[in-house]
Amino acid sequence: MRRVVGILPASIVPSEEAVLGAMGVPPGSEQGERVDGLVADALDELRRAACPRGVVTNVTTDEFARIYEGESDNDTPSPLAEIFPRAEELVLFAATLGAPLSERIAALFADGSLALATMLDAAASEAAELAGVHLDGLVLEGARLGGQANQFTRALRYSPGYCGWNLTGQRALFAALGPEEIGVHLTDNCLMEPLKSISGVIVLGPREIHEFTDDYSFCSACPTHDCRRRIKELTQTRP
Amino acid sequence: MEILGQIAALLERGEDQEVRSLTQSAMDQSLPALKILEEGLLAGMQVVGDRFRAHDIFLPEVLLAARAMSAGVEVLKPHLGKTDLHSRGKVVIGTVQGDLHDIGKNLVGIMLSGAGFEVIDLGKNVSAEEFVDTARESGADVIGMSALLTTTMPAMKQVISLLRERGLDSSVRTMVGGAPVTREYASEMGADGYGFDAANAVECVRELVG
Ligand code: B1M
Repeated sequence: MRRVVGILPASIVPSEEAVLGAMGVPPGSEQGERVDGLVADALDELRRAACPRGVVTNVTTDEFARIYEGESDNDTPSPLAEIFPRAEELVLFAATLGAPLSERIAALFADGSLALATMLDAAASEAAELAGVHLDGLVLEGARLGGQANQFTRALRYSPGYCGWNLTGQRALFAALGPEEIGVHLTDNCLMEPLKSISGVIVLGPREIHEFTDDYSFCSACPTHDCRRRIKELTQTRP
Repeated sequence: MEILGQIAALLERGEDQEVRSLTQSAMDQSLPALKILEEGLLAGMQVVGDRFRAHDIFLPEVLLAARAMSAGVEVLKPHLGKTDLHSRGKVVIGTVQGDLHDIGKNLVGIMLSGAGFEVIDLGKNVSAEEFVDTARESGADVIGMSALLTTTMPAMKQVISLLRERGLDSSVRTMVGGAPVTREYASEMGADGYGFDAANAVECVRELVG
């Protein structure tokens, strides 16, 4: 089933700590009034300019196998190649915060408001992730209501450009999902416009299928090792 | 000079209004604009840069300091000679063709300006010709290229090749950076320097301009 989802801007506004974290500030460090004020201004800007939307569509394992194969340039082995055949459900997704937000960030840079522009950019990056989290929740809830998922089912996103799934996989993903309907377009270099957009597959299944160690060939070049946090969070959430 | 130390200290705390008015006071006391720039604003920014590199302060504070720096520079600008403001060298920066990510490149630009370099920012989706032509016409010392996706990184190599083709590679040095770019990839493509973050990019340019 394919559906376009409107997302309330309020549900994608990140915490001050998350915004500062995106700017490299370690958790718990005091930043002072001026910085706090800057974050508050950035979050106000975000609330005003963001038009978050998403699109999701269910695919079968075979369909996803073809999409994942893409242009045959994924790293092998890869976590997702091992995970998706064991999924209870596979849902392609894209989410965006919309063009006006990117335009606002660019305008702030252009008029020399560098501090606010940079803070808003960081807040928007976090918000784009939260739009993905929102879709995870929605898809999981829908699957539970429809009886395709039970209390042990977890939802986790995987994206082209991460963990061995080559960025060129965006082309097959876009062809199957059609995110143009929510205003997201793919450039020749597989870049999504507007910039604050994400794409990938939401994998539903018991949390065990998502567990892997970060010792694949590409892990050493990964700047974030964010998979550790994501897997840990899954383990911590109660059924 | 007491007032210059105060300007530097206020700048370090990101107090832009106060930096603006104290810079004006320093001008009113007939202090040379260049001295105020170097011993007040740039001195403060140097401390900010050093503390940032030492992870003693973080990006938001650097941005506030940069904002305060601009406030002070605005006051001084009409009184500075053309070369006074950016005496340390000229850098052409941009995000390479096909790439639209510019936040990292913008931060590099802010830090370079704060360190006293003249920055010509060509924006994003910049072609190899535009990089090279601008560097030649402006007499730039360094071309700085940013990319945030593996699919757009090869465009960096095109700029380096074009510089070589035009025989400019000995006068214009190149620096690359961005999340997927590594030091190894940088040297493989023949870049003269690699900046892993904005503070490091400043170090790198300093080394490149000697
Ligand atoms: C000239 O000299 C120099 C010198 C130094 C230079 C320089 C030039 N240019 C930069 N530097 C350096 O100095 C700067 C300041 O310190 C730094 O600049 P940066 O631009 O790196 O840093 C910025 C100030 C802050 N950093 C960032 O904004 C990027 C951080 C990471 C975590 C990141 C974020 C936040 C986001 N992303 Co994504 N994202 C990642 C990034 C991984 C990482 N840790 O870097 C990266 C870039 N993303 C990636 C991917 C794959 C994607 N992202 C996507 C989406 C997103 C968000 C929207 C959630 C968000 C915002 C994106 C944006 N830029 O607006 C998608 C693409 C978006 C699009 N429009 O096409 C998507 C394709 C995922 C998807 N399918 O949805 C990866 C690219 C890998 C590749 N194969 O190319 C990625 C490296 C993550 C990874 N795999 O680990 C340095 O690199």
